[in-house]
Amino acid sequence: MFERLSEGFSTALRRLSGKGAITEDNVREAMGDIRDALLEADVHYDVVKQFTDEAMRDAVGREVTKSLEPGQEMIGVVHDRLVAMMSPADGSEPGVPRASPSPTVVMMCGLQGSGKTTTCGKLAAYLKKRGRSVMLAAADLQRPAAVDQLRIVAEQVRDEMPGGATVRFYAEPDKVAAYGKAVGVAVDVCKRAYAEAQKQGVDVLILDTAGRLHVNDELMQELERVNTALKPHQVLLVVDAMTGQDAINSAKAFHERLAIDGVILTKFDSDTRGGAAISVKHVTGAPIRFIGVGEKLDALEEFHAPRIAGRILGMGDVVSLVEKARDQVSDEDAERMAEKMAKGQLTMDDFLGQLRSLRKMGPMKQLLGMLPGVGSAIKDVNIDDKQLDRVEGIVNSMTAQERKHANLVNNSRRRRIAHGSGVGTTEVSQLLKQFDAVSKLSKQMSGMGMMGQMKAMRNLEQAGAGAMNNTQLPDMSGLRTRGSTHTVSPKKRFKQRKKR
Amino acid sequence: MGLFKSTFSKIRQGLTATRETLLGGVVDMLRGRTLNDELIDEIEARLIRADVGLTPTRRLIDGLRADYKAGKISRGEDVLEYLKRELKALWPEEDRRLRFAPPAEGGPHTPTVILVAGVNGAGKTTSIAKLAKALRDEGNTVLLGACDTFRAGAVRQLEIWAERLGVDVVRGKQGGDPGAVAFDACDAAVARKIDVLILDTAGRLHTQDPLMRQLVKIRDVTARRIPGAPHEVILVLDATAGQNAIRQAQEFSGAIGVTGVFLTKLDGTARGGVVIGVREALGVPVKFIGVGETLDDIQPFEPDAFVEAMFATE
Repeated sequence: MFERLSEGFSTALRRLSGKGAITEDNVREAMGDIRDALLEADVHYDVVKQFTDEAMRDAVGREVTKSLEPGQEMIGVVHDRLVAMMSPADGSEPGVPRASPSPTVVMMCGLQGSGKTTTCGKLAAYLKKRGRSVMLAAADLQRPAAVDQLRIVAEQVRDEMPGGATVRFYAEPDKVAAYGKAVGVAVDVCKRAYAEAQKQGVDVLILDTAGRLHVNDELMQELERVNTALKPHQVLLVVDAMTGQDAINSAKAFHERLAIDGVILTKFDSDTRGGAAISVKHVTGAPIRFIGVGEKLDALEEFHAPRIAGRILGMGDVVSLVEKARDQVSDEDAERMAEKMAKGQLTMDDFLGQLRSLRKMGPMKQLLGMLPGVGSAIKDVNIDDKQLDRVEGIVNSMTAQERKHANLVNNSRRRRIAHGSGVGTTEVSQLLKQFDAVSKLSKQMSGMGMMGQMKAMRNLEQAGAGAMNNTQLPDMSGLRTRGSTHTVSPKKRFKQRKKR
Repeated sequence: MGLFKSTFSKIRQGLTATRETLLGGVVDMLRGRTLNDELIDEIEARLIRADVGLTPTRRLIDGLRADYKAGKISRGEDVLEYLKRELKALWPEEDRRLRFAPPAEGGPHTPTVILVAGVNGAGKTTSIAKLAKALRDEGNTVLLGACDTFRAGAVRQLEIWAERLGVDVVRGKQGGDPGAVAFDACDAAVARKIDVLILDTAGRLHTQDPLMRQLVKIRDVTARRIPGAPHEVILVLDATAGQNAIRQAQEFSGAIGVTGVFLTKLDGTARGGVVIGVREALGVPVKFIGVGETLDDIQPFEPDAFVEAMFATE
């Protein structure tokens, strides 16, 4: 997508290069692609229209500079505009304010199934980690077992999540009733929860309200009454990041009734492009404070507009990739590994370990899709994760000695390994070669500065290792492709083997 | 097999919001007007705002524009007929009834197994309760399997529905293996000669590979315990979802072979237009729609009624 967008602008502007300023006709077509990209990302139609009209006005009259890639420049303009649209107007930081006197009251609201209860737990964990005591109050008296769910979540935060602050739970299970039966009771429950929180000296009181449709007047009134009675310091709207065009309707309705202070976007660990973020921000003006990125209670992150803007435009999300990696590898592990690499002591066991943590991060195609420019390139390529099973199989068929010293592997050992893992001997050789290249490279690179590292990477790439086509293995840390062996004559190959 | 007597008026009632905010407006917009480019653009905008998606919308609009240029359409009223006809054509004649296990002839009793899956918060548990009630009301014995051992309170949620319905639930330990629950539920369904077993699974994002594999395992377990099971694999889709629903449908279908879609939350302002894209990508029918919070708020999906209701004027 990103490539298509930038290509579109490049073609439009190439003809102009050095000739003068951009006119409306020049960029109309390319702007049409931007429009499609935003619509496909579920940004609301009206917002898209306004956005592209403004971006068009911005672009028209700009001088096309000779030195820059004009297409890239236009994308840059669009990207920056998206970021500006999603950033809080007052530049305020995410997080929960401190009210005086305590407790700070945070009210969560949203449609059914947007993820309010889970997010309550995540927010409690976030606060606990920062030393702030929390009380979770169950104000959802309608959905069966919603109170149970919040109680369990509260216990999990209290018992399992890091941080020293206390986590309390408040509920009146006897007030629970079927849908539409106990409307209004939640108001009293919230009042009593507030009194209890005050008595116990709790820092933050989080109210988990029932999911409701924004067109249900009776239930919306109930929320208004809670809002009037407790005057929450923050009313947070919880929105499913996968929401389509309707995001604008529900967000608008909640905002009109409750004047929301912020938005939490959930389920951002899906592959949604998340255009709802723009729609909701546009219609409410309230900043997006957090995003939910996983099932676990610590999977709540502060919102960063540039990353989401890139995702909406299909530019990939390197930061998320790095974070995924960090989830799998601890700092100590990473350091130990770096040291080994520097000394050229990388073993097959390390390689296997890395491969396994890589695979824990998700299917290869999804990971590669997060890299800028790779996403669209591999859209129709079928990346078979089974290839990695075979690599694991090969390493598993090696003895402990062989894994430590890969150069021990001679012809006879190679045959044994191939036999043991059910692959051909060429595949074993291939893997060993790739491994050799990687460990050499890592040793080289550790002795270089940034520029040298990039040079080394480029050299490796030019040697055919970076190419995505015809790969036996998905390209990882410069593993060599199967095709590359064909350029080496049999005689030369024999020599190489002997040398080893 | 007349599962769920469908009434046109009930669907219309469920889709009131849809009609008022979206295509009800189209009727007013089109009546007595002559077609022009501006009007065509406006129709396009409305389809996109209904989550119909860029590709299907473009196809509809291109066709409309071609007919307009060729002089075949000029009156606003004809546009309405055109849109209705084209939208209905997107839903081919197909069997949208629930699939049941073939009746056992002398052999052991075979329960019908319905596996229900979807992303978090789509409305699986509520939809299961609705489905269970409808089946029970038609005289079937129903058993529920609580395979969502992950989310806090999920089993309890299903049990509360089951208590209200008077049906049994097979459950496992919180955090336990959902495959084991499916195993036990299948055996219980056979032993108790149950007609229909419905398996509730944990919500999972289609991007989470290990969880998708777990779902495959649940499916495989049922297939091993009961021949031909699962007879129906229902994917629950949220009508408020945008274009990502197509990805969801593709991934779930790739993993467990979805046989039908349950489209939930059509009682809000969401239009659920994404089912058109889902139908194209999957070739699997939408079988049911959820139009409210009570157990009776379930309807069979009927494309003609769906489209008619979209355009109805009261």
